[in-house]
Amino acid sequence: MRRLMFTAQLAFTLLVAAFLIVPALLSMLAGVTANYFRGIRSGLTLQWVAQVWELYADTIMRSFMIALATLAATLLIGVPAAYALYVRGGRLARTVEEIVTLPLAIPGLALALALLLTYGGFSDFRRSWLFILVGHVIFTLPFMVRSVIAVFAAIDVRTLDEGAASLGASPWRRFRDVIVPNARPGILAGALMVVTLSLGEFNLTWMLHTPLTKTLPVGLADSYASMRLEVASAYTLVFFVMIIPLLVAMQVFAGWGAPRPAR
Amino acid sequence: MTLKSFLNLCLLPLAVAVIAFFVLPMAKLVAVGASGKSGLAAYAAILLDPRYRGTLVNTVLLAAAVTLTTLAIATVAGLFLQRHRFPGRAVLVAFLTFPLAFPGVVVGFMIILLAGRQGLIGDVTLRLFGAKQVWAYSMLGLFLGYLYFSIPRVILTIMAAVEKLDPSLEEAARALGAGPWAVQRDVILPALRPAFIASGAIAFATAMGAFGTAFTLATDIDVLPMLIYTEFTLSANIATAAALSVGLGLVAWAILALARSVAGNTVAAAG
Repeated sequence: MRRLMFTAQLAFTLLVAAFLIVPALLSMLAGVTANYFRGIRSGLTLQWVAQVWELYADTIMRSFMIALATLAATLLIGVPAAYALYVRGGRLARTVEEIVTLPLAIPGLALALALLLTYGGFSDFRRSWLFILVGHVIFTLPFMVRSVIAVFAAIDVRTLDEGAASLGASPWRRFRDVIVPNARPGILAGALMVVTLSLGEFNLTWMLHTPLTKTLPVGLADSYASMRLEVASAYTLVFFVMIIPLLVAMQVFAGWGAPRPAR
Repeated sequence: MTLKSFLNLCLLPLAVAVIAFFVLPMAKLVAVGASGKSGLAAYAAILLDPRYRGTLVNTVLLAAAVTLTTLAIATVAGLFLQRHRFPGRAVLVAFLTFPLAFPGVVVGFMIILLAGRQGLIGDVTLRLFGAKQVWAYSMLGLFLGYLYFSIPRVILTIMAAVEKLDPSLEEAARALGAGPWAVQRDVILPALRPAFIASGAIAFATAMGAFGTAFTLATDIDVLPMLIYTEFTLSANIATAAALSVGLGLVAWAILALARSVAGNTVAAAG
């Protein structure tokens, strides 16, 4: 009976894993197959990947640029803010944290519409990649703030801060030499999350982009709608190659900065 | 510089960014929602207009079905993976959580490869039964897509909750003569309730608001995000699109807030 239960549960779990992994493998395979319709017999080729590079290299570069700029902005905005919110505490800090976290709950489409209605008229801003950057920063900021606050809560940063203060260090020196080095695990976890989310962001970006500011996921949607399956798959393969190292790194560091209830 | 003014300085960039690019735009969205011919009644139309109400009901039903199915699947798999150690387990866990950060568009493409016109299921059914099954471009395809991206998230939450269960409770139940089913029903499942609520709320809110998957599969699937998109881009019906987005945002936020008050902190993620 026990044996049977084990086998049944294992079979079920394997089936679920197959549901998730088989399509991903199919797409990787299709991206390097000469003719997907005829199958693998038609031979393996890198021609589709080359074609993707020719057609979409700009979207890939732009996505990297936006992801790095988003990371820089969330670091500059998020880390000092997380420190101030944690050290201050109290109702005001909690309310601010709540507002900063709201973009997690609000669908990207709504946020994008709001940005378009407010800033769509500023045509230079609307046309530049900075418009997309703004959306990505608002959307990823909560991950950085929360992940850094979680670390502050775990290592009791208040005591460290007071210790340094009693030795006469100025607030800025304490922030630079004590707070930031101690927050490293949270900053790292937050940074991985921010870059991964920014690289894959579609819901906001689709509304905010212009023909000249296409990102990788926007290009993916394009290719799914208008390109042959092999090209779409090769493009997806390129995306996987970019995103999988980040996912692996996140798993490795998961224990460090995993979001925990703060306070 | 005093600590207080340093802390204020630390908060300044956050305040500027969030007010300029989140608070003000959201306020504008709410105002635009009430700026159409019918004014504030645009918000009532979400519930009163038969077409909008139909779409809303569709979306809620789909999200509920996805949530319940995902919880059932993730509970069976999560309990199994956390309770047994066997060779290859780590690989299996990695496979189950691997699609965690796939964007909605990529998930849509995965469903096309699985159940689309050139998909695996179509291929297999054509060979076995002589009739090609194509599910991808319909509500069923969207359901599969949402399952695809909810399962990894919910499994992670449930596995973490199972790990924290107190084994002595189960031993006590067993010592008092409870059979394996009774232990499951009366001890394990009730103890996992907070994890069900937290991860279920995230799955539900994500399924309500997700756009990329529906966009990839077909533009005529009748769910709220697609309706907002077509109202905005094709009909240029901006006031209605804004009102519908506010409604969608409120529902998603309310569900997550409710779950958090019942079950503690939740972590949402992108759709």
